[in-house]
Amino acid sequence: MLQKRPFKPQKDGTFTIGLGEHEREVLHELAEQLAGQISGGTDDGSMFRLFPPGYSEDLGRQVEYDRLMRDDLQERHLSALRVLQETVGQQAIDEMQLNAWVMALNQLRLVLGTRLDVTEETTEDDIAEDSPAAGAFALYGYLGYLQDAAVEGLSSRI
Amino acid sequence: MPTEVHQPVDGDLLAADRPWVVIVWNDPINLMTYVTFVLQKLFGYTKDKATALMLQVHHEGKAVVSTGPREKAELDVFRLHEYGLWATMQQD
Repeated sequence: MLQKRPFKPQKDGTFTIGLGEHEREVLHELAEQLAGQISGGTDDGSMFRLFPPGYSEDLGRQVEYDRLMRDDLQERHLSALRVLQETVGQQAIDEMQLNAWVMALNQLRLVLGTRLDVTEETTEDDIAEDSPAAGAFALYGYLGYLQDAAVEGLSSRI
Repeated sequence: MPTEVHQPVDGDLLAADRPWVVIVWNDPINLMTYVTFVLQKLFGYTKDKATALMLQVHHEGKAVVSTGPREKAELDVFRLHEYGLWATMQQD
């Protein structure tokens, strides 16, 4: 069970990370996988939420906007995932790093949530324990818990 | 009617001046606390204002989170996409 506060604000402005070894390994692997998927350009349909259209009603402008912005957006996404990978083993991270964590955690939730086709009404009770998707739903719930804790830590500094 | 002949011209001039609006759409994945945090961080809104916008997105399906010239709207949409929010822009 999760006992420690995942991100505890310190007086020097940093946040100590209260995660176990296994959790850190899982996060590292997830970030690595998603970064590989983004870099490789392989989209099984779950990438849609990471690169949504900016102009939904104007295809001409959307094509131009995508041409100008997509590479930058991809680099920003990869940069956040890189920070998560590089700092997930540390005992403490600074505010900018935690901000990158929250963005990376959100990317993971967007991709996993899209794959699981979650809706506003989806609750953990809907998923039978012996369902093939039970593990993925548990992971989705865990990422949400972590992200919420990271947001709480960052919001205390706004 | 002469006035009708001129109307399209007036309409075009007005269209160029009409501000662009940036809309955040409801989605089933992003956490409510996260959406509030992003609106505070990117636009400098107070917690109350950001929370009110988040609730509008949640209950009404969408909310206008910023307005301005097209260049500003494009930058705002980019930053919202960077944070994984479902944002689009259109002319008001």
